[in-house]
Amino acid sequence: MEDIHYCKMNKKAYIKTISYYLPEKILTNEQLVKEFPEWTVEKVANKIGIKQRHIVSENETALDLAEKAATLFFQEHKIARESIDFILLCTQSPDYFLPTSACILQDRLGLPTHCGALDFNLGCSGFVYGLSLAKGLIFGNIAKNVLLITSETYSKYLHPKDKGNRTIFGDAAAVTLISTEGTAEILDFSLGTDGQGFENLIVRSGALRNPVRTNKIQFDESGNLDSDDFLYMNGSEIFNFTLEFVPLLVEDVLKRNNLSKEDINLFIFHQANMHMLNFLRRKIKIEEEKFYYCLENFGNTVSSTIPIALKEAQKEHLLKENVLLAGFGVGYSWGGVIINCR
Amino acid sequence: MKLNDFIKNFASQFEETDANLFSPETQFKELSEWSSLLALSVIAMADEEYDVKLKGDDIRNASTIEDLFNIVKSKK
Repeated sequence: MEDIHYCKMNKKAYIKTISYYLPEKILTNEQLVKEFPEWTVEKVANKIGIKQRHIVSENETALDLAEKAATLFFQEHKIARESIDFILLCTQSPDYFLPTSACILQDRLGLPTHCGALDFNLGCSGFVYGLSLAKGLIFGNIAKNVLLITSETYSKYLHPKDKGNRTIFGDAAAVTLISTEGTAEILDFSLGTDGQGFENLIVRSGALRNPVRTNKIQFDESGNLDSDDFLYMNGSEIFNFTLEFVPLLVEDVLKRNNLSKEDINLFIFHQANMHMLNFLRRKIKIEEEKFYYCLENFGNTVSSTIPIALKEAQKEHLLKENVLLAGFGVGYSWGGVIINCR
Repeated sequence: MKLNDFIKNFASQFEETDANLFSPETQFKELSEWSSLLALSVIAMADEEYDVKLKGDDIRNASTIEDLFNIVKSKK
């Protein structure tokens, strides 16, 4: 018994390194305002907190972004490709219905064939979920070096006239290595789901439930675009969901780790938009200097906002001791975790 | 809760609209500054100030500020 206890105590999973890749094409507020003259550059920048976002070109997919991010990762960190024994690819923008993009990625990256690989379909909660899966693989002795890749191209799901979402979302991919050693230990998680909200952030047509496009487009009185064939977001419902669940999520993550808000040095939330983050910060009563914003140059890159923010916060030497991560969105799905940084 | 305070809280979500334009009878969706983003600010205001969860439909069903006040009041 003692031996088992000893083993369990010693098992740890860490975030080791992160790289991210942004597509070349940039969409600035100036360009957006040309298309939507009722907006001003300042209004977008001040309210949403975003000055520019990167957008993929027509022939570039989430798989291509993932490959570029991973190639960059291997250049930046001098990590042997042979050492990778699992790929977790978080994307809602697959190349094909089948096979899984992660399998194609294994080959494109020249990773060993003894490498496990799978896609999982989550949005803004995806990075935290990916960390939980990677930790499970490590604790279960299934893998030692898990490459968690978040890659998303929501721009392909957006209608050209969808001002709100085109302002918010940007494309990106991030690569995070989770390993048996590293600098940020992954502590305990709080995960949750409420599928009742599935219709409030959705692309309704194109998959098997509604295979045929309806070509129906309408705007509600606040100017939100509602279409079956493009991404539809019910902004007020999503906003209510986050105001209700994110404070509870933060509370639960703290409780599961036996920590209080004062023990957290930095809060990194999914970077939805500045407007929402400000309200959440005020509601949860987090001091501004402990709350990280990382939106200005990237926009909301869905599952990649947290790893990009982590990388940027690391550059600013802000990752010290306990850092709380929280992702929430489409599903509804949410997840939080605390990482302990050296 | 008081109507006057509600109007003040409502008006403080706006930046460009003249404060004199906010009265119980104001048809707020006709204001040029009104947008989907402002709707979210109003939802957050209801949450922050009155602990009330305002739905998109509630905003849709209200035409004046007083209508919205009555909806928030009924949910308290």
